[in-house]
Amino acid sequence: MISVQQVSKKVNGRSVLENLSFKLEPGRIHGIIGPNGVGKSTLLQLLSGVTKPSSGDVSLSGVNLSNFSRKALARRLAVLQQGGLPPAGFTVRQVVEMGRFPYQNWFGDEREDHSALIDYTLESMGLTPLSNRPLDQLSGGERQRVALAKVMVQEPEIILLDEPTTYLDIGYQVQLLDTVRKWQQERNLTVVAVLHDLNLASLYCDRILVLHKGGVAAMGAPAEVLSVELIREVYQTEATIVKHPLTGTPQILLQPKQQDAGRLIEMT
Amino acid sequence: MLLLAVSIVLSLSIGSSMIPFADVWGILWHQLPWTDDAGTHWSTGEIAIVTQVRLSRVLLGVLVGACLGLAGAGFQGVLRNPLADPYTLGVSSGSSVGAAFLILFGYQAVLGEWTIPVVAFMTGTLTLLGVFFLARSRGVMQIETLILSGVIIQSFLGAFVSFMVSMSDEVINQILFWLMGSLAMKNWADVYIVLPCLVIGLPILIAYGQALNLFVLGERHAAHLGIRVERTKLIVLIGSTLLTAAAVSVSGVIGFVGLVVPHLIRLMVGPDYRLLIPLSAIGGGIFVLWSDTLARIALAPKEIPLGVVTALLGAPFFAYLLYRRKKGQEGY
Repeated sequence: MISVQQVSKKVNGRSVLENLSFKLEPGRIHGIIGPNGVGKSTLLQLLSGVTKPSSGDVSLSGVNLSNFSRKALARRLAVLQQGGLPPAGFTVRQVVEMGRFPYQNWFGDEREDHSALIDYTLESMGLTPLSNRPLDQLSGGERQRVALAKVMVQEPEIILLDEPTTYLDIGYQVQLLDTVRKWQQERNLTVVAVLHDLNLASLYCDRILVLHKGGVAAMGAPAEVLSVELIREVYQTEATIVKHPLTGTPQILLQPKQQDAGRLIEMT
Repeated sequence: MLLLAVSIVLSLSIGSSMIPFADVWGILWHQLPWTDDAGTHWSTGEIAIVTQVRLSRVLLGVLVGACLGLAGAGFQGVLRNPLADPYTLGVSSGSSVGAAFLILFGYQAVLGEWTIPVVAFMTGTLTLLGVFFLARSRGVMQIETLILSGVIIQSFLGAFVSFMVSMSDEVINQILFWLMGSLAMKNWADVYIVLPCLVIGLPILIAYGQALNLFVLGERHAAHLGIRVERTKLIVLIGSTLLTAAAVSVSGVIGFVGLVVPHLIRLMVGPDYRLLIPLSAIGGGIFVLWSDTLARIALAPKEIPLGVVTALLGAPFFAYLLYRRKKGQEGY
């Protein structure tokens, strides 16, 4: 499984992550949370192997990520990107088929026929009626589902999700994360998701990693990690934490500082 | 492919002396070593026109067109820029500077018959680097900025070529040749320069077809699916520049072929580069062949420079693409 050891990363000479160490637990959903600009996406890129750390080591099953060939890595690890797919002229089915690229040889052939897998994935994502529509005729939510289907046919063991719910309304947010969790449980996958919404993170993640000032401020189950003190320290805001009446997971209620109007203006 | 074959034979028969379509087939057929010459009714003059004069020119037109069509598809794919083509990126002009310099000052044989294409390739590559340098701001290249840089460099280098030509003793026709392109006065030696470059370039680009498909989704997506992005870009750019240089070394600067052809093919078969690349080669061949035939016969016995014909067709097309992009309908 992925382990991160004493990793630091500088972007344009500015130190973003400093001396980070943690391990992912196999078969779990991990959430990465933290304020804007703390380096959540940078960390996810390091985990994906596309960018290399300035110092330290990111390894998968004990092997440094840079020692994998790009295709070999893509067979084990898939990324659902922030912002989703661009409006291209390819049809839904063509885009989903592109997920098989890591398994193809130079001629674009695969040893086994994968059309059944593609059919199944399209069906399970509710994309079958759209399969011959070009991507540029789909809504943002539909394109995000296509992107997830492409990641699924890649058949990875690890999926990295970079703010998958941004630009989606709450209905699509829940639908997308439900799909990810169902798939994760069926295949016993390891998931890492950068999430903005602490409540979603608490609902869906087994473990939460809080990034603060370039380091890990806390890591553990949502109930252990999410506290009034932590939110005050990391986000500089007051919050009330309640238990979700159905799932029992912590949920965060925000509080406006009406009684202190001067401070509110100063903060905005 | 069939359309290409028919086009070749048709344009072989059209010219200042018309030769019937069927006779061209016959003459070509009887050039094959195992056919016997009994029962032929065409004159040796007609045979000479078809095989010596027209066939080399027609084949050269097809090859040059294939190179430019391929280069256009390659540039468009890797730069994810629907307006890119060897001409608008300035690569054609860059190659022509090197080639023109050698020819006009008599250095064309320093490295044997490959001197011109090699030098044209080097100056073309340098030009591409220059255009990228101009267009890059904070690590990203805007589509319009890139084309603007290409056009600036292209007009500068064009002026440079004109300057070199006027410094030399050559006639003014040479300027026209280098700036507007022409297939006049070409022979089999030129065919043998372009053909090997096409034989190298075509399979390279075809092999990267699926990679270019993934590029359409964005470089990050491509990287996450297991493509070595930087290496792919480098190889496709170099291959496309090589094809451009080969075409320019024998025919001067012929604009817009690499822009028009991949777009028309895209309209016909969709965005899949695995089809787009080979079909752009064939389509480019047909396009340049017909443009050149038009250049030969439209004002016969005078010839129009080939680049004039392709620009008259291509520039309005370019304007149309720009207009569509502005309206935000470019489903690229």
